[in-house]
Amino acid sequence: MDISNETLMLMLRRMWTIRHFEEKVMEVHSAGEFAGAAHPYIGEEAVAVGACAALKPTDYIAGNHRSHGHPLAKGGSMKGAMAELYGRVDGYCKGKGGSMHLADFSIGILGESGIVASSVPVATGAALAAHLKGEDFVSLVFFGDGASNQGACHESMNLAALWKLPVIFLCENNQFAVTTSYKDSVAVEHISDRAPAYNMPGVLVDGQDAIAMYEATSEAVARARAGEGPTLIEGLTFRYEEHSLGLGRVRRGEYRTEGEIDEWRKRDPIVIHTDRLVAQGIATAEECEAISAEIKQEVEEAVEFARNSAFPEAPDLFDDMWADPIPAP
Amino acid sequence: MAQTVFVEAINQALIEEMERDENVFVMGEDIRRAVYGATAELMDRFGEKRVLDTPLSENGFFGAAIGASLVGMRPVVETLTSFMWVAMDQLISQAAKMRYMFGGQATLPVVFRATMFYGGGSAAHHSDRSYPMFMNMPGLKIIVPSNPADMKGLLKQSIRDNDPCIVFEDGTLFGSRGEVPDGQEAIPFGQARKFREGSDVTIVAIAGGVGQSEQAADDLSNEGISVEVIDPRTLVPLDKQAILDSVEKTGRLVIVDPAHKVCSAASEIASIVSQEGFWSLQAPIQKVAAEQVHIPFTPALESLVYPNPDKIKDAVRATLE
Repeated sequence: MDISNETLMLMLRRMWTIRHFEEKVMEVHSAGEFAGAAHPYIGEEAVAVGACAALKPTDYIAGNHRSHGHPLAKGGSMKGAMAELYGRVDGYCKGKGGSMHLADFSIGILGESGIVASSVPVATGAALAAHLKGEDFVSLVFFGDGASNQGACHESMNLAALWKLPVIFLCENNQFAVTTSYKDSVAVEHISDRAPAYNMPGVLVDGQDAIAMYEATSEAVARARAGEGPTLIEGLTFRYEEHSLGLGRVRRGEYRTEGEIDEWRKRDPIVIHTDRLVAQGIATAEECEAISAEIKQEVEEAVEFARNSAFPEAPDLFDDMWADPIPAP
Repeated sequence: MAQTVFVEAINQALIEEMERDENVFVMGEDIRRAVYGATAELMDRFGEKRVLDTPLSENGFFGAAIGASLVGMRPVVETLTSFMWVAMDQLISQAAKMRYMFGGQATLPVVFRATMFYGGGSAAHHSDRSYPMFMNMPGLKIIVPSNPADMKGLLKQSIRDNDPCIVFEDGTLFGSRGEVPDGQEAIPFGQARKFREGSDVTIVAIAGGVGQSEQAADDLSNEGISVEVIDPRTLVPLDKQAILDSVEKTGRLVIVDPAHKVCSAASEIASIVSQEGFWSLQAPIQKVAAEQVHIPFTPALESLVYPNPDKIKDAVRATLE
């Protein structure tokens, strides 16, 4: 599949965006700069970045609690994301959603859901709208191996295949639902093996390889736009960090070994992509390093932006409840 | 004015709103063949792209309706209250919360028409009157029509409203008739309707409780008791001023609510009047709501559960003791 150099470089840039963003989040979270949970996407960058590179700006995505990588992969602003984590008015959701619920409707991000699999029917519905209106946008939903066992997933896949909806079910199999291996919770060998039962194609992809993710998603998008219905893509990947910030102290090592984590780090998605760009003469190692440095700087600016953004005030509490407002009870 | 059957009023509202706005479509189980009557003729008029028969996957297709509404459609979902339990995640985590959680970015013009089939031997799994549970969750507009004209006007408004609405359709009223004015327009939310003017006791009644209260009021008038009957028509938003004004006049309040009595709509109305209308009250507020048990199948027991005119009359008399 032909991929433009521009797209390949954009993929590197976006993977570094997520990586540096998440590293900074871990730093400021442990320093106590914002409240609540946060779920680092480090190690899984190629999945969202490869997938989103195959989408148009007019296509929709939805996702889950591991929420930062998806909007950044679709081109969402780091400042808006960081300010949201800090609970500030300049956040995507004016501070009302927080880390697990990033959304930027202006660029087709219909929102992340703290309840696993809950956004899968919603994304299916966006695709239903495309189908009913005869429009050519598609909808892509990220969900995990844990979510793949939820009824919402199964119901949505049946519905989408039945009606041939332009939706891509993208399972980010990072192998553990908190601490439970998918091997202990999924009866088939691969989650993508379930696809034939819904009468849709199922594709198992190396989730550390952004180009492979891009290619698989591009094919699924082409099928969707052609009215041929949904595809289930499983990106096999690994999260380097614990399920959620704050859990590391109590869980590390109990359900997966340092050795296993180190093995996956050797297949780092950014390293794989950078090596390929350099080997193919698309960019030099120095140019790739410069992108990383540039983004590191942008992350610092995003944190400063978030720190300096105002908190919402008491009168904002009741804003945003209704599109057609009603009196408070 | 035409006498219209309640279920025909639903059908008229759907047809008129589908003609008015091409983004309106209906979805649900067995709606193309209109097993409950409300979706009759829609398939012939509007075709399969606007009349979707769904698999038995409420969580899936409720969510699909929500997602379609997010990107510009106006879905109207037909369901029964009792099937909403299996779709609670989509109704609560998504429909109710999404707009606020995303800082106002999401607009969800989706309607759930939830029929309450109770009182007819359907037993515990098919007799739910669950609107109080949804009142407790911010983010959902709750509509409880008590007659064909309001049914039509409030459903039209629900379809035009830009927030998620649940229209609780009282199955005990499906075959009832009432006058529906020609060209019945959309009825704004939050405007109670006074069915009867009275001076001694106020009855606030919900859905099927309204007709029962009118019947009770007729009987009580023979005893020289003058009863005012108010139907809030929507519970979210609630026209509390109409209730407070009436209680200020009568000094006595009976609330008739077909839902279970604990944390019911009646409880909320009683709480509002206790707090904001206390000095108007001349007697304790009486709640006439369903007993706090499951709905038994046998008619011998089911009839004991719900409000009825006799219970309502006793409650009114109690306020005058």
